[in-house]
Amino acid sequence: MTNLKGFSRRGVLKGGLAGILATGVSPLIFSKGAYAQEFCNAPTGDTVTLGFVMPLTGAYADEGADQQRAFLLAVEHLNGEGDGGMIPTFSSKTLTGGGILGKKVVYVTGDDQTKPDAGRDTARRMIERDGAVMISGASSSGVAIAEQALCQEKGIIYMAGLTHSNDTTGKDKKRFGFRHFFNAYQSGIALGPILGDAYGKDRVAYHLTADYTWGWTQEESMIAATEALGWKTLPPVRTPVNAGDFSQYLTPVLNSGADVLVLNHYGFDGVNSITQAMQFGMRDKQVNGKDFQIVLPLVSDLMAKGAGEAIRGVYGTANWDWQLGDEASKAFTKSFGAKYGQPPSQIAQTSYAQVLLYADACERAGTFLPSAVIKALEDYEFDGLGNGPTTYRGSDHQCFKEVYAVKGKDAPANPFDLLEVVATASKESVTYDPAIFGGELGPDTAAAC
Amino acid sequence: MTLFALSRRDLAVFAVFAVVVLAMPFWLQPLGAAYPALMQKFVISAIFAIGFNILFGLTGYLSFGHAAFLGVGSYTAVWSFKLLTMDAIPAIFFAVLVSGLFALVIGYLSLRRSGIYFSILTLAFAQMCYNLAYSVLTPITNGETSLQLTLSDPRLIDTALAPRPAGLPSASLFGHSFSGLEGFYFCAVVLLIAFFVTQKIFASPFGMMLRAIKSNQTRMTYTGFNTRPYTLTAFVISGMFAGLAGALFAITDPLAGTERMQWTASGEVVLMTILGGVGTLIGPVIGAWFIEYFENIFSAFNESVVHAFFSFLPAEIADPVALVASKFVGEGWQLTLGLLFVLVVVFLPGGIMEGVRRIGSLFGRRGTPVSPGAARAQPAE
Repeated sequence: MTNLKGFSRRGVLKGGLAGILATGVSPLIFSKGAYAQEFCNAPTGDTVTLGFVMPLTGAYADEGADQQRAFLLAVEHLNGEGDGGMIPTFSSKTLTGGGILGKKVVYVTGDDQTKPDAGRDTARRMIERDGAVMISGASSSGVAIAEQALCQEKGIIYMAGLTHSNDTTGKDKKRFGFRHFFNAYQSGIALGPILGDAYGKDRVAYHLTADYTWGWTQEESMIAATEALGWKTLPPVRTPVNAGDFSQYLTPVLNSGADVLVLNHYGFDGVNSITQAMQFGMRDKQVNGKDFQIVLPLVSDLMAKGAGEAIRGVYGTANWDWQLGDEASKAFTKSFGAKYGQPPSQIAQTSYAQVLLYADACERAGTFLPSAVIKALEDYEFDGLGNGPTTYRGSDHQCFKEVYAVKGKDAPANPFDLLEVVATASKESVTYDPAIFGGELGPDTAAAC
Repeated sequence: MTLFALSRRDLAVFAVFAVVVLAMPFWLQPLGAAYPALMQKFVISAIFAIGFNILFGLTGYLSFGHAAFLGVGSYTAVWSFKLLTMDAIPAIFFAVLVSGLFALVIGYLSLRRSGIYFSILTLAFAQMCYNLAYSVLTPITNGETSLQLTLSDPRLIDTALAPRPAGLPSASLFGHSFSGLEGFYFCAVVLLIAFFVTQKIFASPFGMMLRAIKSNQTRMTYTGFNTRPYTLTAFVISGMFAGLAGALFAITDPLAGTERMQWTASGEVVLMTILGGVGTLIGPVIGAWFIEYFENIFSAFNESVVHAFFSFLPAEIADPVALVASKFVGEGWQLTLGLLFVLVVVFLPGGIMEGVRRIGSLFGRRGTPVSPGAARAQPAE
């Protein structure tokens, strides 16, 4: 075993050292030049690469598929193909269909599996291998927060997709991260009065909550909003994401003394839990002398489609709805419908808007340099992207715009006519003090690339 | 100095292995995989797999819960970053220590049974750890949201030595922060050390004892050996390797998520080992690289890439071909992997290493009379 004929330890060490020098250090020397650019992934050729990370598998896969449609449509419109969608209605007129700053937009896509680890991996690949200068996507706040932190570390702009947790632009906000979508706190403001009018001031709520940052903060915001009405809250129950079967969590609800069930679930989870609650016959029951009710605080067309009849008459909130009457929404719905044969959902609108907002910020800044793009986006006022006049607040990178309270339609006129807007919370009413959530944005420079 | 001595054959294997690992940034270039994040995963998964192979390959005990130790290692390392310092050494030290303790407890209980019962016990314990991390211990693990660094972390040692930097820090070694490629080389050196340790274990009397346990444990007991201390030691060593891999994951990307502990992750390392070749030194490493490559490169192909690939065909043929092929890439990459796995298990039960050996014996210079693969087929199994 210890026969070292022909190999002295010194010889091996020498050889090994030479090997390490030859293989280990030289790549560092080579790559030094590649990394010695003005900023991370500065586009040098005649194209600019954007990275889109979406949940193509997992609990939010439906949302991810629609998100992908929106991203591809946005790229088309930026490159001057198609009818231009919301570019003509957008208040900023810098986008002319010639790409971004004269460079043609190309893109890479990837799956985040609705998991933070996997999403971050995919985003890293896009930054390190594909040279993406901006990352956008996610339909889960857990994923969005993980990717946002990575982008902060790498110095890449992150335009969040659908993320509704208060933490994304609260406790976990980042200088390089921007969110167009609304948040759970704003849902509470928009939904509270509606619930009070519809169900009265004397209710007992039972919360089933997706067990991660979004569920936690939505539960907190909904409890705050409903307790302000005078409702009581039973101890909330946390459920795992992608649980599939929620019957074990639903069984205790009817005997708990609660007369409202609040489902802090999204995607397939929301579809499954509300459908199963329906199968349990919950909405036909009477508790405490009142009709039992179900609330789905964050609801999308895709979920409404999945839940079918179960969604009828259920209240929730949405960032946007394709049936809104303004010019921008009409133009976007027309463009999206012509390409894909179905109306866009809220995730499509927010993702599309984010890509346009990034492109416009680069145009206005005249560069892809992240610190300049960040400055162009901070406290930026715009209109014509479907939500009316909107402000990108500089202190937490949250967009402030109208929030819509919606209700599952009782008698849908067609297969896409699933939700109706019952109330609009004004931009002023959903504006809050950024200090209530804490957090720090951090610097607009990054050490590593 | 026999402690660092290797047999001539092992030394040659080690030298070749070292060159292959350290030259990754070059030979992975044409494969589209030469970016730091993936190369880091290559070497870290390799550590995980060779550690798993110490238990499964040598003793034959199939653990279905090794991801638990990986996760424990990651969480410990991130907490070491949060509380103490961004330096990699303490993170590795605590991660290996804590995962070793976990392995000691779980191994002590699980090793009372063997065969399928042992596998189920480890799976149960791992699932318990996963659920604890997911929902019960969320103050420590942050559940599904994943544990991350924040600007307000105490980092007691770092803040005592230097003022707080603006922005999030990254992992460092003696005050030098890792860039992507440096992070890879750090992990690569750790892999070489781990590989060396494995070679020593394989060649040691202890390794021989473990092989004997695999071959016939009852016979071992009759000859007067108490086998349990040996299997427990193998289990703990293997758990520590997993913890080391977990720590390295956290060092290269300071985030620890629960899915790292899920049973699918435990299953993946079993796949890696079987695909590469159980009980061989190099096999698990090759299996790990194979699976990581598929997971990261194949899953990134979208339909437009497939269409571009088949664009040399006329459109009426290319479209259906691309349609079928696109089901096997992108989100469908696991379909391809499953197919390959079935093929390997059916035609090459010894994994990729057996394939290599068969090809080797075809062109054999000396014509090895009995391949090591055949020698491993023990009648007692």
